[in-house]
Amino acid sequence: MPERKATIASRVGLHARPASIFAEAAAAQPVDVTIAMEGEPADEALDAASMLSLMSLGASNGDVVVLRAEGEGADEALDALVKILETDLDA
Amino acid sequence: MRTIKGIGVSAGRVLGPALRMPPPVPEPEADARFGADSTVDGEKARLKDAAEDVREDLRHRAETASGDAKAVLDATAMMATDPMLLKAAGKHINAGMAAERAIWEAGLEVAAMLQSLGGYMAERTQDVLDVRARIVAELDGLPAPGIPASDTPFILVAEELAPADTATLDPAKVIGLVTSGGGPQSHTAILARALGLPAVVGAAGSDSLSDGTELYVDGATGTVVAEPGSSEREAAAKYASRVSLPPFSGTGATSDGHRVPLLANVGSGKDAKSAAAAGAEGIGLLRTEFCFLGRDSEPGQEEQVAAYGAVFEAFPGRKVVVRTLDAGADKPLPFLTDTTEPNPALGVRGFRTDRSSPGVLGRQLEAIAIAAGAHEADVWVMAPMISTAEEAADFAVMCTGAGLTMPGVMIEVPAAALMAEAVLSRVRFASLGTNDLTQYTMAADRQLGTLATLNDPWQPAVLQLIRRTVEGARAAEAAIEPGLSPSGTKNVGVCGEAAADPALAVVLTGLGVNTLSMTPRALASVGAVLATVSLAEAQELASVALDAHTAAEARTAVRSRLPVLDELGL
Repeated sequence: MPERKATIASRVGLHARPASIFAEAAAAQPVDVTIAMEGEPADEALDAASMLSLMSLGASNGDVVVLRAEGEGADEALDALVKILETDLDA
Repeated sequence: MRTIKGIGVSAGRVLGPALRMPPPVPEPEADARFGADSTVDGEKARLKDAAEDVREDLRHRAETASGDAKAVLDATAMMATDPMLLKAAGKHINAGMAAERAIWEAGLEVAAMLQSLGGYMAERTQDVLDVRARIVAELDGLPAPGIPASDTPFILVAEELAPADTATLDPAKVIGLVTSGGGPQSHTAILARALGLPAVVGAAGSDSLSDGTELYVDGATGTVVAEPGSSEREAAAKYASRVSLPPFSGTGATSDGHRVPLLANVGSGKDAKSAAAAGAEGIGLLRTEFCFLGRDSEPGQEEQVAAYGAVFEAFPGRKVVVRTLDAGADKPLPFLTDTTEPNPALGVRGFRTDRSSPGVLGRQLEAIAIAAGAHEADVWVMAPMISTAEEAADFAVMCTGAGLTMPGVMIEVPAAALMAEAVLSRVRFASLGTNDLTQYTMAADRQLGTLATLNDPWQPAVLQLIRRTVEGARAAEAAIEPGLSPSGTKNVGVCGEAAADPALAVVLTGLGVNTLSMTPRALASVGAVLATVSLAEAQELASVALDAHTAAEARTAVRSRLPVLDELGL
């Protein structure tokens, strides 16, 4: 399954405004995308399109997360989402 | 025509149609299952449609809102269709549960999860529960909870507003407030004063008012009239065409030039900037909780220094009174307060947390001293919930240790007011927190609407304690050896809601209070009224208030001797 690692760039971490921007972007992808902290098993990954899931993930600035997706367009979707995570959305 | 009496908490006279806050959405039956006429898929589709409708409705409201309200509405809109929430509900539907109960349970599960994460996430719990109630209301065809939406201005009638409602209250639509519960220190009252909306609280008879009934609200006298007559119409028209208050000149004084600096109560650097723009002569109360609330651990030194510095920056060369962390009771902080205390208002709160969690206060004082050193504000520091002269002395020692030269105390506990001379011999100044002083003097919880008439700063017992505090300060001054230092004055200020009531501000001045600190919106009215009386007249009004046997008598007697209040519509 295609996957990508990304380092959280937003200073407040992945909640509040950054979480809602990212969740909206994930929901707009043609494939289902999951998110997990680096090192966590893939079957415990959370729905990346859920702001509540992102908030419960509790990723802070500098944490590394793993995005996974399958199906047509998965690679493009993951690349687009990595870019969002690696931008400081709280600026 | 029907007259309902309540407590006036924010002056002004307006006419408008009543619009009721809908009752809370009832909890769906615990064993609610969908019937034979529905299916798992049908029930899920019904839930999805309702959630989408709620999201669109909230988005629509966000479009016409601004600032904080917009952000809250936008975030809540996204939650309505959040996959985590809907999937959790879907599991219950798979087991045969009706959509209403399924989303109810799912909301509770998600809220519990957020609560357990603490900090910022725990604060979002209320948003999830709000969205859950909205979806249930949509499914059952009930009115949406919260402040009703309307295209035309109205008078909001409710039991009591919650802090969450304040974010979505649009002052362009809501022109007056009437609540059946609440007291002078309730959330409704504080919000109304901050927005300058005429408001009456504790109006028990207002529960029977129905939507669309024309109302007259007089927020000074606490009168609500349903289907008003010509005299009310005239009074409202007169108020609408009142002499508009000139902005505050920036110098608080009586007509004969007795100076009473008018300061502002603020909670952040942003507040401080707007207070400076409103003409405040300084800050009489900087609530430092803003830096700590919603946190599950103590903020670091750098963060604290930046937060306090942002306030000092707005008042170069002016006084800024910093109140150290006031955690406990209605403002719990997970790393400082024990939420299982049976009686938190009388528990470990304010300065007392230094005993249970030593170190936090010391580090806060260090951060204040660093920020003060980097700015030109005249920084004073006071501790909340001081009860004895020993506590005052301990705090003064801590301040000196941190290099802060103006230590003071809040007078909120009657014991400290009675022992003011001893307390003030240990510190440089005192600030009367009239909200808590009233609740402790009258033994009446300030959050309880049913005790609102007790919780009134016009209570003669409270005024007696204020007089006693001022007398104690003067006695402590007299005890200082002459020639020791020019700084022998023991300033007594008031920073509770009482200072924002223009009539009471005159009484406080007459009692010998040196400075008044209030919400910046009250500066213009307090300044204007104070400028119409001489110090001797203020002293005369203070003795009228002290001689009254009841709070109502004191208020009526003083107001009737201040005709300027009526001319200004206050």
